[in-house]
Amino acid sequence: MSEMTTNHAIAAQIPGEDVPRGERRSYWANVRERLGHDPVTLFFMGVIGAAVGAALLAPWVAPHDPYATSMLARLRPVGTEGHLLGTDELGRDMLSRLIWGARTSLLMGILPVLVALVIGGFLGVIAGFMGGAVNMVVMRIMDVFYAFPSVLLAVAISGTLGGGMGSGLLALTLVFIPSLCRVAETAASQIRGLDFVDAARASGAPVYSIIVTHVVGNVLPPVLIYASSLISVSILLAAGLSFLGLGVSPPTADWGQMLSSLRQGIYMQPLVCALPGLAILIVSLSFNLVSDGLRQAMDIKS
Amino acid sequence: MWIYAAKRVLYAIPIALGVSVICFSLVYLAPGDPIQSLIPPDASAEDIAAIRRLYGFDKPVVFQYFDWLARAVTGDLGISLQSNRPVLDEVTRAFGNTLAIAVAAVILAFVLATFLGTLAAFNLGRPVDKIATSISTLGVSIPNYWMGIVLVILFSVQWRLLPATGMGGQGSDGFNWFEWEQVRYAILPMVTMAMIPLGVVTRSTRSAVADTLSQDYVQLLRAKGLGEGRVVWHALRNALPQMLAVMGLQLGYLIGGSILIETVFNWPGTGLVMSRAILTRDIPLLQGTILILALSFVAINLIVDLLQTLVDPRIKRS
Repeated sequence: MSEMTTNHAIAAQIPGEDVPRGERRSYWANVRERLGHDPVTLFFMGVIGAAVGAALLAPWVAPHDPYATSMLARLRPVGTEGHLLGTDELGRDMLSRLIWGARTSLLMGILPVLVALVIGGFLGVIAGFMGGAVNMVVMRIMDVFYAFPSVLLAVAISGTLGGGMGSGLLALTLVFIPSLCRVAETAASQIRGLDFVDAARASGAPVYSIIVTHVVGNVLPPVLIYASSLISVSILLAAGLSFLGLGVSPPTADWGQMLSSLRQGIYMQPLVCALPGLAILIVSLSFNLVSDGLRQAMDIKS
Repeated sequence: MWIYAAKRVLYAIPIALGVSVICFSLVYLAPGDPIQSLIPPDASAEDIAAIRRLYGFDKPVVFQYFDWLARAVTGDLGISLQSNRPVLDEVTRAFGNTLAIAVAAVILAFVLATFLGTLAAFNLGRPVDKIATSISTLGVSIPNYWMGIVLVILFSVQWRLLPATGMGGQGSDGFNWFEWEQVRYAILPMVTMAMIPLGVVTRSTRSAVADTLSQDYVQLLRAKGLGEGRVVWHALRNALPQMLAVMGLQLGYLIGGSILIETVFNWPGTGLVMSRAILTRDIPLLQGTILILALSFVAINLIVDLLQTLVDPRIKRS
């Protein structure tokens, strides 16, 4: 990580250093071009795009009302007429519930990472750039949260709060802040000692403008790479909380919760009962592979 | 090295204290009057007053914390609201069961991952490497609670080979790895648990071994005609400390995060205790379990760090 950060710092000083014809291109243009040559990453970006699209357009895309129960059509197999992916234990259309479930599952997976990115990134930049006592205090507090395995911390917070979507979001955000803060801190503290920062300081630039113009741009790539790898973890954790009954309350569709309530049906319709987990797997796998692709595209050296 | 070790031990103390502060605050996080979450709903007014005094709820929070800490240090973590038994007893009984499958899972993952990761590193870019990398990506992407359900569908429902849930005739007391009747119950939870460490360790073994292989001395080993078997041994030996550290951390994650898998398999470990405590709003039990699990994670991290300095002479930290 440290090596990478320095590379970004250097890249920022000499933009487009790896473009031979003296042509100046921004770092982000390079990243875009590298991504364009990576079909695997592009494909899985498409998968994520489709999932997000389905979630946003759920009212129009879903073939049935996700809450309409039917006592007569309970646990129908995959491929049933009118119910492409079968029905659940209350006779609700699985495909519609999976589409609506994407809303809560993706929101619970992505939002905590974004919020933690802002808070953790902010704390990390401050701690890393200021150094000294500020750094001490912030980082030692982070160490304490770091001392909890993530599942345990998430369950502890949302379990004590009594579950529900809000407590789940809060719990997951708290889980991700320390590690993001650490990555930002490492990156920021390396920038601190570099010549161009000293130059800015010597020419009288205020701390806040140094942070905004020099530090943030260099801290962003490693923090973004790391955050993108957390989304898959977050989706698994969020669905896990719902699976434990700590997520959204029952009638609302959510993949983790569907997985849990369908467990009673595994003896009758194993395939239908496995579907929500499959959805979680596909999305989490996509985010993991896209994150790997981003890492490669954003790492100047490779 | 001894100075480093002493420093490392000292450093664990404030962390452990911080962990205790968080666990203590959990009672205040719980919705409603904290006293409400500590007593059964049908308690009489005198009981409530007695508990209020006992827990020192009339004193400032800081004093309450130190009182609580003083009791916790002597092993008094309160009484479970559901079972009326000391929290510590409940947790220690369950801890052994969690430890049994977690350690087995880590060993299983370690053996498989070392093999896969080494194989991949020696064949970078070839199909074998692609397969190993895919397995490792799958390991970290798969919702393991779902994988547990799929394994139950296959091995218990379809093929009727292994029991779906529970821990066998012995009930919840003392798991024994030497009795097949009991081991049958542990196989699926163990395999499910091994999935994440398998993914993580395969990846780190692959990169550690590949790193070693790119070094000059490996070229020398090959140049002087050493067989590939010996080269593997050299590469592994150098990658071992790093793998050991990853393993230790994974063991900590498995023990702390066992709740999902134990819920799927109804395995009577600490995770199931937590799950039950959440369901019944048994806050003392929940708090105690979290404290023990978090502290054991701190301890595991400490032990791994110390072991690493012992195993790897290259680490000379000041």
